[in-house]
Amino acid sequence: MKTPPVTRRLRLAALTLLLAGCHAPMSVFTGAGPAGRALSQLTWVLVAASAVIFVLVTLFMLAAIARRNRGGTDPDLTVHDNRIPIVAGAIIPGVVLLALFMTSVLIERRIPGDASTPAESFTVIGHQWWWGVERDDSASGRRAMWANELHVPVGEPVDLTLLSDDVIHSFWIPQVHGKIDLIPGDTNHIRFVADRPGVYRGQCAEYCGMQHANMAFTLVVESPVAYRAWLSVQRADAKPPTDTLAALGRAQVVNGPCATCHTIRGTTAQGEIGPDLTHVGSRVTLAAGTLPNDLATMEAWVTNAPSLKPGVKMPAMPQFTGLQLRAIAAYLEGLR
Amino acid sequence: MRYLGWLTLVAASLLTGCRHNDENPLVPGASIAAGRAAIQQYNCGVCHQIRGISGADGMVGPPLSGIVRRTLIGGELPNNVANLSAWIRDPQAIEPRSGMPNLGVDSAAARNIVAYLYTLR
Repeated sequence: MKTPPVTRRLRLAALTLLLAGCHAPMSVFTGAGPAGRALSQLTWVLVAASAVIFVLVTLFMLAAIARRNRGGTDPDLTVHDNRIPIVAGAIIPGVVLLALFMTSVLIERRIPGDASTPAESFTVIGHQWWWGVERDDSASGRRAMWANELHVPVGEPVDLTLLSDDVIHSFWIPQVHGKIDLIPGDTNHIRFVADRPGVYRGQCAEYCGMQHANMAFTLVVESPVAYRAWLSVQRADAKPPTDTLAALGRAQVVNGPCATCHTIRGTTAQGEIGPDLTHVGSRVTLAAGTLPNDLATMEAWVTNAPSLKPGVKMPAMPQFTGLQLRAIAAYLEGLR
Repeated sequence: MRYLGWLTLVAASLLTGCRHNDENPLVPGASIAAGRAAIQQYNCGVCHQIRGISGADGMVGPPLSGIVRRTLIGGELPNNVANLSAWIRDPQAIEPRSGMPNLGVDSAAARNIVAYLYTLR
């Protein structure tokens, strides 16, 4: 049968849409490492099995409806044969569920466990509603912190230690690893390898309060050279601003209310409640994936964070003038 | 599959409806759709409430509904296409103490943004 061109085009559009879904920044269908690939295989198996079951159940239901319509009052509507509910309601689902369970166990066994080989290691700390990231440098004894973003070298193992500062969160970047909870008073570890360069989205996967949905994470998988350059930037202290507007902003930030909650290494701002801002201008997003990181958004965030992320601990700052706000944004965006 | 033809027809007629007039008579030569895209690109919505822009519910600057009916821009200039475009491009040139940042919007994009804003009742 000849397919009309419009139908063909629609099919093409639908296919494009589906494939686009596979390459989304947060897809369970395409892995970017051994663990991610094993989990995406499991996802495909479960989706395919669910599709078959859904179609079969729908067909049975339609058949039942058609039969009722044909017969009017059908004396056979009541099931007299006990074998039907036992076979269709218990034995078949039991066998199917057992088979799916065994499949998932077999696939999950292929997820690499902790190894003793050295790896790049970081600590991720869950907060309502952002991710602290910490790098302990045992060689120099110095600690560097930042937030909501991690770069990793392609093909090299990465160890994460996961803690929580308040409630239970769950760290989930589907392309590289399964969900892992961050539990107050407890410590979890994962090791993963990402072998496909790209930018991946992570998301808190355990409901943790009002802004749970706006608690995202950016994972950048890049060449080892680019990774080490990024890491040395994150470890360094903030550079003093070069232009007058940013210098005005620095004075506002360091001597003003910002320093109560935020740290900017290399300055007297040493607050520990909000995210470390030493290199905030280098990050892809603001407020844990809530907003893009640019001058206008930074200004709006500084003066009225609760209007952009209701419930956030950072209060509105109505005391700043327009000029002060532009200066603060210029300084913070310049911290790269 | 039989209904696809009808669905396409309905979808096409809806889309035609969206596209039938991209020009605002108040701003000749500018594109309302391009203005809408520019407003999204420059994240105007983090500070302003702008109807028709997803997530544009900022509480920093004034809401922009009905801006076409206001008499003053920035509280000091007559509200017209030239002044509003100039304000969008470089607020400090008009009001040095304004908190609205200069985002490097070019003149064509600024006119497109005005074309969109002037549709808001």
